[in-house]
Amino acid sequence: MHRILFAAACAAALAGCAGTGPSGSASDAAVRAKAVEMLKTSFKERGIAKLDRLDQDETQLLCSQYTTVAPPKDVVEKIEKANMALVKPPSDGKYLGDWKRGEQIAQRGTGFQYSDTKDTPVGANCYACHQLSKAEISYGTIGPSLNNFAKVRGYGPDIQKYAWGKVYNAHAYSACSFMPRFGSQGILSEQQIKDIVALLMDPESPVNK
Amino acid sequence: MRNRLGYAGFIVLVAGLVAAAAATAQTAVQEIEKYRQALQDGNPAELWEARGEGLWKKPAGPKNMSLEKCDLGLGPGVVKGVYAQLPRHFADVDRVMDLETRLVHCRVTLQGLTLAQATARPFGSPDNKSDNDALVAWVTSESKGAKMNVPLAHAKEKEAYALGEKIFYFRGGPYDFSCATCHASDNTRIRLQDLPNLTKQAGAQLAYTTWPAYRVSQGELRTFQWRLNDCFRQQRFPELGFASDASIALTAFLARNANGAEFKAPAIKR
Repeated sequence: MHRILFAAACAAALAGCAGTGPSGSASDAAVRAKAVEMLKTSFKERGIAKLDRLDQDETQLLCSQYTTVAPPKDVVEKIEKANMALVKPPSDGKYLGDWKRGEQIAQRGTGFQYSDTKDTPVGANCYACHQLSKAEISYGTIGPSLNNFAKVRGYGPDIQKYAWGKVYNAHAYSACSFMPRFGSQGILSEQQIKDIVALLMDPESPVNK
Repeated sequence: MRNRLGYAGFIVLVAGLVAAAAATAQTAVQEIEKYRQALQDGNPAELWEARGEGLWKKPAGPKNMSLEKCDLGLGPGVVKGVYAQLPRHFADVDRVMDLETRLVHCRVTLQGLTLAQATARPFGSPDNKSDNDALVAWVTSESKGAKMNVPLAHAKEKEAYALGEKIFYFRGGPYDFSCATCHASDNTRIRLQDLPNLTKQAGAQLAYTTWPAYRVSQGELRTFQWRLNDCFRQQRFPELGFASDASIALTAFLARNANGAEFKAPAIKR
């Protein structure tokens, strides 16, 4: 009887809570479901930020469950596979744009906040979390240093493709990464992602100097 | 041999450059720390505290009553130390409330304001001051030095804490952010701003006991409700409702994690 109730709660509240998660019990699922309901009545739309932003996709749903413990292997594989399928290569096959524009995009932190408009320039805010160019000393440490990105990894097409994919959708390579999925979520344009990839990959970019 | 020496020389040069950059960053961090310390002398938050005390004691609203009979958790009219024990369950409404929600409740029930009136301007701007900011400044200042002691005894307090924890880890919006994206790791920062790990006692204590705060860059006193509201703005979420259930639950989670620490606000921040 308990097992049936447990299975029903799992099916109703979330996919894949077969007791493998750190918090995969039926009562835990009930608390999560109630928290989601609470969020929906507590937030209100403002400007460009509508309430549908609280609707989680499967990646967000799964990654919200594995918090203090890393997700198990099968969940990792599921998330990475689903997100890899969302990575679209550049339409003309060229990964590198203009690193100078890339640096501006990496510095800019605006876009998609309720205090922004649809016309506010959207940045990638890379420096909030990563070191890039050595000249910029105001950088965050949530993500790893990307200084000398291509100098260390190489300038070849395989690394260009990797950099593109990582910016486009970090969960394709690292499930439940903290990094936004700049391509898949429609945050940056194709050209902007090319410019960021150039900032990482161009031999003339200050990142590799 | 020449090549090897050349390579070694190159390594030394690179090491020197890296050290120089690190030294520059270190100096910047030290300068910012000095600036923060200099701010501690004389806090304009006192202006909000004084105005808040006046608002607390002055008869107002359709009922022309002061707030001196307001029960903030330790009995009607008790202000000393109350903030260190909030949020908590209030039997008269059978709900968990944080300070700001409870102040709204008192302004409605004691002074006769409508809910809309009492929540019309939760956060002030230089041209448009907020009574909520002032009242919060006054009440919290009366908890300065008190030890954080948020109760977790009532079933609804436990529920609020558990819901707040789930909300803390909820990833959503176009950027997939949650509170935990920035506040569940040790020793990280955004740009040069250190981030407290709010899932651990030390981090939660450091952060929670220094809000509300006078924000120099904004020229305003900012309450904890404001702090949460502005975090969610940067998370790219819709707007968190003032005194909403989610805001109370999240505050219960964070305040309880700070238990045992000395309350130090209203503080002053960049």
